[in-house]
Amino acid sequence: MTATEMTSETSSGIQMPKPDQAILARREEIVSALKAIVPGEGVVDNETEMRPFETDGFLAYRFMPLAVVLPETTEQIAQVLKYLAQEGVPVIPRGAGTSLSGGAIPQEDAVIVGLSRMIKILDTNYENRTLTVQAGATNLSISDAVASDGFFYAPDPSSQLACSIGGNIGMNSGGAHCLKYGVTTNNLLGVKMVLIDGTVVELGGEHLDAPGLDLLGIICGSEGQLGIVTEATVRLIAKPAGARPVMFGFDTSEDAGACVADIIGTGIVPVAIEFMDKPAIDICEAFAKAGYPMDVNALLIVEVEGSDEEMDDMLARIVTIAKRHKVNVVKESQSATEAALIWKGRKSAFGATGRIADYICMDGTVPLGQLPHVLNETARIVESYGLRVANVFHAGDGNMHPLILYNINDPIEAQKAEDCGMDLLKLCVDAGGCLTGEHGVGIEKRDLMLYQYTQEDLDQQMAVRAAFDPEWILNPSKVFPFEARGNERPATGNA
Amino acid sequence: MSVLQQEMRDNMSSVKTFKPKSEADLASMILGGDNFEIIGGGTRAIGKLDTPPRNLIDMTGMSGIIDYEPAEMVMIAKAGTPIADIEKALKKGGQRMVFEPLDYRPLLGTKGNPTIGGAIAANASGPRRFVAGACRDSFLGARFVNGKGDIIKAGGRVMKNVTGLDLIKLLAGSWGTIAPMSEVTFKVVPQVETEATLVLHGLSDLDAAKAMASAMATPCEVTGAAHLPQNIAEQFKEFDGKSATLLRLEGFEKSVNLRIEKLQAIFSEYSEQHVLNDKQTKSVWASLRDVTPFSDGTQEPVWKISVAPMAGHQLVAEFGPADAYYDWQGGLVWLRLDGDPHVDKVRAAVKKVGGGHATLVRASDEHRRSVSVFQPENPAVAEISKRIRKQFDPLGKFYTGRMG
Repeated sequence: MTATEMTSETSSGIQMPKPDQAILARREEIVSALKAIVPGEGVVDNETEMRPFETDGFLAYRFMPLAVVLPETTEQIAQVLKYLAQEGVPVIPRGAGTSLSGGAIPQEDAVIVGLSRMIKILDTNYENRTLTVQAGATNLSISDAVASDGFFYAPDPSSQLACSIGGNIGMNSGGAHCLKYGVTTNNLLGVKMVLIDGTVVELGGEHLDAPGLDLLGIICGSEGQLGIVTEATVRLIAKPAGARPVMFGFDTSEDAGACVADIIGTGIVPVAIEFMDKPAIDICEAFAKAGYPMDVNALLIVEVEGSDEEMDDMLARIVTIAKRHKVNVVKESQSATEAALIWKGRKSAFGATGRIADYICMDGTVPLGQLPHVLNETARIVESYGLRVANVFHAGDGNMHPLILYNINDPIEAQKAEDCGMDLLKLCVDAGGCLTGEHGVGIEKRDLMLYQYTQEDLDQQMAVRAAFDPEWILNPSKVFPFEARGNERPATGNA
Repeated sequence: MSVLQQEMRDNMSSVKTFKPKSEADLASMILGGDNFEIIGGGTRAIGKLDTPPRNLIDMTGMSGIIDYEPAEMVMIAKAGTPIADIEKALKKGGQRMVFEPLDYRPLLGTKGNPTIGGAIAANASGPRRFVAGACRDSFLGARFVNGKGDIIKAGGRVMKNVTGLDLIKLLAGSWGTIAPMSEVTFKVVPQVETEATLVLHGLSDLDAAKAMASAMATPCEVTGAAHLPQNIAEQFKEFDGKSATLLRLEGFEKSVNLRIEKLQAIFSEYSEQHVLNDKQTKSVWASLRDVTPFSDGTQEPVWKISVAPMAGHQLVAEFGPADAYYDWQGGLVWLRLDGDPHVDKVRAAVKKVGGGHATLVRASDEHRRSVSVFQPENPAVAEISKRIRKQFDPLGKFYTGRMG
């Protein structure tokens, strides 16, 4: 049977594998075996309690899993994986379930292995500037734990209050401040990880770099397909003396885009450069009352760090550049409260948008020089579908986040929004960029992978995947399009 | 001819050297042959030596910058492009490679021109590694040819990219043992206006480790933290024969000056301090990067050891009075021994201080034939690595003994 024959189409466009009836028939037996490994509250198997696990941050798709297991130790995860692999039952690793690409969405014949009960900080070493934490801990809990001692953990995805460090590793998450500090892979020193056969391996540690092949590097961003990370050692960074976001308003997106290129071309790399267009400004201001200028069409939030003198100096340079690009509003935050409000507005962009409409958020990245072109084309494409878009994104690194607004209860409009999103991602690839900067491929962008890569490129990736999980047990329906898998690679993990 | 090539020639008579001019050339050579060792400029003659004859793929025929847009902070170059050409172009664009690729020629006595592909294959990172990442962290994308002769692209030209598996991480640091890269894309950053170094004199190795850790706990954004015990510092005219703990700052002049003052105040207990200017800073850190304190024209063993920052001095203490100095806030130890490389002792010491890895970057040919140059991996990790290698090179066309 070929991969395509095994698949079924859901109500919308993305195909998922047809559940394996033999596994469904053995549900009771599988659940009781899991309960023997993880006693107490660790196995969730009734429909009501499994409801929250049906989907993640990519709400358009949902499937009831076979069961959910929430282990408390690495050893339990090792036993669970060993058992499920032996039985050929697909495994869906899950951090906090905030994925925007459907990376944690289950399938009906799969067991979710969730990390929500593994949230302890195990070791903090300020002299080595490292912290070791269980993978279910939230991103923000790390920075919170070390803040009073003057440190922080740099990657800061908008969902940092909820998202887990294990999920961050799975998706190689970024955030607003990665222009200066890098993304997860640049801040991760080591992991403890369970392989599909139950073997526990440790990669990296408090030291830097790997002696052989860089397995830590391939784990990061592998979307739960190579193993389950149970502990992570991350790099801590001393907090800056101060940070000051400044808002720059422009009449056109082109002016704002050119200003970004000029700032960087001049040799200044701010901590963050965030871009919002008029619809995004309106939405965020209505929600956060952040004091955003309302009479501009494009807004840049540029954050600089350092002592007061340093920030004054840096900002003076940036203001000079912005003036060359017809900036018409320059607004500095005058207090920590104001600064926090400016960021609150930006970081709540997705939530605030969700209050006025359903939306899907795209995540393509483009070379900086292509920003004005891509913004214009985005507007044109979205309009051609008769939809609205709000753009809010990390301009310093070209990571676009167009939010396509639609009504999830209107199937025709929902399909339009999905198609429109795919066109926008193709636009990013055509401009020399990629499908996803920080949200991951998941199921959302899976079927566009052949737009960015050749079959040979994907074959090489799938071959490396198979070195870890030869039977495709781990998160089997994600990342790689079924049409690219060929007959020898199971789509469901049970062929 | 490079030393590596010379080594090959000395050992065998029937090796062929291929010098592909294009990606298509490279692919057809791989399809048509086997038993290949891949080299760039041949300046990083590191790794295990063994005797079976091998065919060389010399990548220096594929040279040239393909695309460089300073405002995008990205450069694309053919893998055989000399680092010198890249630095020249970057200088013109007011930029630099943040990972400061180290140049092994002084230490190893090799000749030739280091290439960008070679630097990436060696994951060659300099003093800024502990704050700004390794070479692999600046590496964004590549085209390469696998053992089946397929031309593969991985990664891209943008800084944020999680589209599929991050294959390029496996290429960086693989010493050419899984696939030759034809084209590489990497991040570049603006050149800084100025740099300066605060030097603290007279600290013990332990006190230096503590001082460096304290400096890194401040918001001063130190981009180099090294310690030279007295016997090493004596080689530098800048340090007046005293041990030197170095804290490097970079940026706009005004900011650098402010931060130097801040650090001076923090370390006021150490009365013997002085500040190196921009020119001195560049010269001293280039020396530390390229291991010139041990560039003595010999083949005496030199180890590159990566451990936790506070473990470096403990490791060195295991060797009694030693020729050693520290970079990366104490976590990178350069250790020179006399005669025997003491492999077992070094590996035991790494384990004792909490783990890490040690590479015997320089040794006599005799030792390079008989010992493991790279840190052996634990069996489970070694098994995965073996399987990954097979997925890049199912027929075993590329020589892997170098990392053996």
